[in-house]
Amino acid sequence: MPELTYREAVRDTLATAMRQDSDVFLMGEDIAEMGGSMGVTHGLVDEFGPERVRNTPISEMAIVGAGIGAAMQGMRPVVEIMYEDFLTLSTEQIVNQAAKHRYMSGGQLKVPLTIRTQGGAGWSPGAQHAQQLEAWFVHIPGLKVIFPSTPTDVRGMLWSAIYDDNPVIVFEHRLLYPVKEDVPEKLEPIPFGEARVVREGEDVTVVATGPMVHRSLEAAAEAEKNGVSVEVIDPRSLQPLDDKTIVTSVKKTNRAVVTHEAVTRMGFGAEVASVIQYQAFDWLDAPIERVGAKFAPLAFAPVMEQFLIPGPEDVLEGIYRTVGRNGD
Amino acid sequence: MARVVFLREADEEAGLLPVVRQLLQERAEIVCESHGQERTLAPVAKVEAKKKGLSDERLRDFLREMLLIRRFEEMVEERFRAGELPGFLHVAIGQEAVAVGVCAALEEDDVIASTHRAHGHTLARGTSPNAVMAELYGKLEGCSHGYGGSMHLYDIERGNLGANAVVGGGLPAITGAALAFKFRKEPRVALAFFGDGATNIGTFHESLNLAQLWTVPAVFVLENNWWAESTPNSQHSPITDFTQRAVAYGMHSIKVGGQEVEPVYDAASEAIDHARRGDGPVLLVVDTYRLVGHYVGDPQVYRPKGELQELRETQDPITKLRERLGVTDEEFEQLDAEVTREVEESVEFAKNGTDPQPEDALKNIYA
Repeated sequence: MPELTYREAVRDTLATAMRQDSDVFLMGEDIAEMGGSMGVTHGLVDEFGPERVRNTPISEMAIVGAGIGAAMQGMRPVVEIMYEDFLTLSTEQIVNQAAKHRYMSGGQLKVPLTIRTQGGAGWSPGAQHAQQLEAWFVHIPGLKVIFPSTPTDVRGMLWSAIYDDNPVIVFEHRLLYPVKEDVPEKLEPIPFGEARVVREGEDVTVVATGPMVHRSLEAAAEAEKNGVSVEVIDPRSLQPLDDKTIVTSVKKTNRAVVTHEAVTRMGFGAEVASVIQYQAFDWLDAPIERVGAKFAPLAFAPVMEQFLIPGPEDVLEGIYRTVGRNGD
Repeated sequence: MARVVFLREADEEAGLLPVVRQLLQERAEIVCESHGQERTLAPVAKVEAKKKGLSDERLRDFLREMLLIRRFEEMVEERFRAGELPGFLHVAIGQEAVAVGVCAALEEDDVIASTHRAHGHTLARGTSPNAVMAELYGKLEGCSHGYGGSMHLYDIERGNLGANAVVGGGLPAITGAALAFKFRKEPRVALAFFGDGATNIGTFHESLNLAQLWTVPAVFVLENNWWAESTPNSQHSPITDFTQRAVAYGMHSIKVGGQEVEPVYDAASEAIDHARRGDGPVLLVVDTYRLVGHYVGDPQVYRPKGELQELRETQDPITKLRERLGVTDEEFEQLDAEVTREVEESVEFAKNGTDPQPEDALKNIYA
């Protein structure tokens, strides 16, 4: 079992796909010699050359749009948007074009495009380099959205993204890149729409995405010391969403905490809470708790940034609130 | 030094002079016989060699096609006003020579992306009037099976990657499709239609810049009808010669008048050949006139009084081609009757088409 960091896992999948398939190529800002702003594509240009690892101008609309055009011709482009904040620049192409060509053409077209991007707070990049915008895109029919939290998951799910016949947005998280893990010897594709039970427990279900999976595990370990058994579920793929695994867990534990690093209000977690409410209402012993960032742009000063974004202690509080309300 | 001869003043009017100016990297001597004097102009050539004399037969085919598009769009206007067509519509009456001339210069394996004013491009690219009309009626037999409508006409079998209701929205994908052709070493060209209004949106600049940077086989056809919806050129662009946009990207450009189909065809052939042989993308600027409003029903309060009437009398591409070919009234009436019948049949076909089931709206979201 090789040990890979999250960063290496992404690179491994990209390289493996490019080795076996000439239709796969990469486009993005600074992804060639520099290896991308996060070093994810480091070294790939040496193996595959500048034609297949294409540095682009700073043109997010054209990066995504050219990916769409190549994908419509049957290639499998993987484009990188350096920071997910810059998805805002390419949103027209993602939302109006990539997501809708198949539909508007009455099923004549496929757009097998993968859009990789990353973001996330915790290192004081300020308000334009660390937002979590997954909620914007899960709302768009025609798109698939994944947010893997471990090296194994990102390796297998990125593979599925590349070979999915639909546009897929892959959210990576800056703080996850150094996370290490033993991964399967052979790259195993992981299908979308299958949540992962990260930790089994009896009293509370925590549904967490991205870095919050790891923060929730910390919270769960702490709760365990106080006799509260926590189950942690990582949806991994946000669209499609595996309702079943989440609902099954909540029917067992009767309590739920939903957490993501994005702003809580109107966030992805609202949909998860709604799914639980509709499908497991009679099983709930406490209101569903939600843990996310406070409603503010990300502040620069570390103390303010830390105040805004959720940490393990916030998840722990959420867990205790659900337990405390039990039987009220 | 290359020598280019202009035989007729009409060639100049048709916009060939600027074409010639841009074609050559070195200065060239040009003789303009109609003026009886020699002038020295910057760059040139190839036009003489490239300029293909089209047979009368081929031009008559063009006339038929242009007239078919005209009658189709008039019918569409009428049916829309009668309340039969859902949504809203943009017709391109006056711009038929652009659609026909450009599409005729394409090969079967080439691809296009169109705009919200798409009926002409789609018909000229070979989609049947039945399939387009059925789409406008929202039927399963439509070229987008009722999922698209007037602004989203697709026909993948005929290399039509779709009309786009977002101004400039289709340009990046054309750069990308051309990149795919380059990757696969396929001798194919990707071509985007768009209007002058689109030259002010970011996708235009990003797409042209990237296309030239990577020298992909793309052709960007700017149908300059001088209006961005209701906003005239003078209010939306600081320039009137849109080939200047290409200069910023070091891109080859060609300008041609769009009311005569033959020069349009020639210029498009030149642009497409340029792209196909690997010399990089081309911005093809076609100056044309929209002889109607922005949308069907547009009262055009923004248009100077009398302008439309004058343009209709002097700039109708169908009249011009008819005169060029010397088509008699009798011949024209016969042709007109034929295409009108075809259009009427398309309405019948569409009306008798199959309505989608409401639940079909949940299909085709994902592959």
